[in-house]
Amino acid sequence: MLERDEDILHAAEEWKKAGHGVAIATVVETWGSAPRPAGSNLVINDEGTFLGSVSGGCVEGAVVTEALDIIESGKPKLLEFGVADETAFNVGLSCGGTIRVFVEKVA
Amino acid sequence: MGPRLREDDGVGVFAMNLETLTQLNVERAARRPALVVTDIGNGDQRMVKAADLAGDPLEAELRKQLRMGKSGMIEAEGKRLFVNVYAPVARMVVIGAVHISQALAPMARALGYDVTVVDPRTAFASPERFPDVRVVAEWPDVALPPLNVDHYTAFVAVTHDPKIDDPALLHAFARDCFYIGALGSRKTHAKRLARLVAQGASEADIAKIHAPIGLPIGAVSPGEVAVSIMAQITAQLRLPKEGTS
Repeated sequence: MLERDEDILHAAEEWKKAGHGVAIATVVETWGSAPRPAGSNLVINDEGTFLGSVSGGCVEGAVVTEALDIIESGKPKLLEFGVADETAFNVGLSCGGTIRVFVEKVA
Repeated sequence: MGPRLREDDGVGVFAMNLETLTQLNVERAARRPALVVTDIGNGDQRMVKAADLAGDPLEAELRKQLRMGKSGMIEAEGKRLFVNVYAPVARMVVIGAVHISQALAPMARALGYDVTVVDPRTAFASPERFPDVRVVAEWPDVALPPLNVDHYTAFVAVTHDPKIDDPALLHAFARDCFYIGALGSRKTHAKRLARLVAQGASEADIAKIHAPIGLPIGAVSPGEVAVSIMAQITAQLRLPKEGTS
């Protein structure tokens, strides 16, 4: 109820209508202590501009990097981040939780 | 429905299409709740307006998610579905541009509420006293209807003046605000309840009022009272309610 996501989803719509490539990242699952609840959105355009957050700053950089690839390829991805995750991006959540983030292109 | 794309490592493959996104934004702009349901298994995606839930194959599950205001994975019909609940941004309407409101309004804004302060007394309802807050210097009967007060509104009446607070509270009942609070001692509140019932309020209506307002934390200063009110509103918003498990 307190999410301001409508502002960022509005931005995503505007970007797309202006001809930008746009991706939406959504937290779909969380375990343990996670900074942002399921349903939280981050929107990214093809210039690397992003709004919103999926983790409060811990993994946004990695999500944006992936999102730029996904805008190129059109192929969505499910990303997982956790404190012990050393394989994917060398970024993790200092709070010790694990989150799954779905990143999709706006078609 | 979002377009279906190729399967990708067993992960649901889908894309939010612009039409779905646009429809979702229309619902959100109108402060109507909506849900986006995504089948992680096969990539189907659809938006469901809260008003269209009746008869939906997932009506019971979606209503539960909506009631809790919580997005998450659900299992239904043997599928793993991600339900994203888009409920409107919470608002706060404060009746009374008093000292407490000067502390409460910026606090509520910091917590993400859209805040409007209403007070017909122009000496109180001055922009100088409320920088960056929407202040409406009108009586509640004029000020409130255009605000479209709804369920996603926390309603706080703190003028101490029945001529101002009472009609405002009746409006809050009619609009089913998720939180209604009114300033005043138990004695003042008992008199208020009698007046409201005389004006047509039901027992269920008056039971919704949190009074004396705020959690009992021994608040003394206006800032402390604002904290107690804000904490009570947060509890009302976030703590699970009976029957919603």
